[in-house]
Amino acid sequence: MAAEPTIQFRLDRSSGVPAYRQLVDQVRQALRLGILRPGDQLPTVRDVVKQVAINPNTVHRAYRDLEHQGLTEGRPGSGTFIRRSLSKVPEEQPALLRQLEQWISAARAAGLGDEAIAALVAQAMRTSGRKT
Amino acid sequence: MTAALETEGLGRRYRTNWGLRDCTLSVPEGSITGLVGPNGAGKSTLLRLAAGLSRPTTGTVSIFGRVVDPNSVDHLGRVGYFDQLRPLYASFRVKEMLTFGRRLNPNWDDDAAHRWLEDLDIPLNQRIGKLSLGQQAEVALTVCMGKRPDLLLLDEPVASLDPLARRQLLQTLMGTVAERGTTVFLSSHIVSELEPVCDRLIILSASRVQLSDSVESILSDHHLLVGPRPAPAPAGVEVISSTETGRQSTLLVRGAPTGLGPTWETAQPDLDAIVLAYLEGTSIQARQGEAAAGAPSEGPR
Repeated sequence: MAAEPTIQFRLDRSSGVPAYRQLVDQVRQALRLGILRPGDQLPTVRDVVKQVAINPNTVHRAYRDLEHQGLTEGRPGSGTFIRRSLSKVPEEQPALLRQLEQWISAARAAGLGDEAIAALVAQAMRTSGRKT
Repeated sequence: MTAALETEGLGRRYRTNWGLRDCTLSVPEGSITGLVGPNGAGKSTLLRLAAGLSRPTTGTVSIFGRVVDPNSVDHLGRVGYFDQLRPLYASFRVKEMLTFGRRLNPNWDDDAAHRWLEDLDIPLNQRIGKLSLGQQAEVALTVCMGKRPDLLLLDEPVASLDPLARRQLLQTLMGTVAERGTTVFLSSHIVSELEPVCDRLIILSASRVQLSDSVESILSDHHLLVGPRPAPAPAGVEVISSTETGRQSTLLVRGAPTGLGPTWETAQPDLDAIVLAYLEGTSIQARQGEAAAGAPSEGPR
């Protein structure tokens, strides 16, 4: 049962994002882009730790998280499999993008440069609290 | 949760100096616990005591609930010890080193040992002395893991290796841990090395344990506060380190600050910054201690 690996994990050690979150995010990203599809098998914990040299518990935790999110299911003895896809775009997305574009035009009109705008966005994301 | 390793008031004196003092800590079974601290903090002393290679001056060490007695060999089968000097025989061939491991250890896993070295492309016929440092470390770790220990004690396992060899060694190590659930206690003075592999961290400095907790709690318990100077000390926190410029003070604190004024800004320090703060904090205390001891006539201030 030596199938092609479905996903290659990587870690950005300087990002400050906890390692298990990076793994979860990479699976979610792959689901959004259609790289991972329902029925696909995720690499085993042992394969992941041998590939990226991280603590096995970190991988267990990421896989548990994905299972809690309903994205994967663990089948005892055979591994972790994708249950559903994430490629559906929420219907609010185009409207949200339009609002953001309007806001950015307003910020540019007020004389802000790209860096200042990015700093404001980052600050607003911090002050409005984060949803996992 | 059982402790794989537990120490109680453990101390070791070398002539007049304490290599380790009043050390009480616990390494839970199944964890990968990192031990950080500057050179000379007592990391190697602690690991040698845990391996039963050195006799405590004070206190006790227990492995899986049993006190280690340096006169007995009972604990040796359960513990693998790997040290920075890597005691290999340079004139042995790699396969002879494996034979050596097999003859000495009743639980020896010969298949796994051969498989690891094969995965790493280490030629079994090569003499140890002809291998690169990285390959020598791999062979030493293989001999160490081949005996199927329940607890691996690794003293600076990657210190002398290049980045590629480091990564390879940690990959082999993590793969084995995933397979067997081995408890690992490893020391390093490079925090960034430990962060991805450890779930717990112990900071040892000035021969004492400064902090022992899960990496996650350590990260969530500490905050960086930047505020104008002079500023009243924030309530409800323990200040680990503080630096000041003419106009600003930067504090690294433990605990959630309450009632901070709007002039304070908070940030999340990374693990490196937190460890450094503890090490700086202890060196300041040590200097103040020395100053106080050196000037007894100065009287109270």
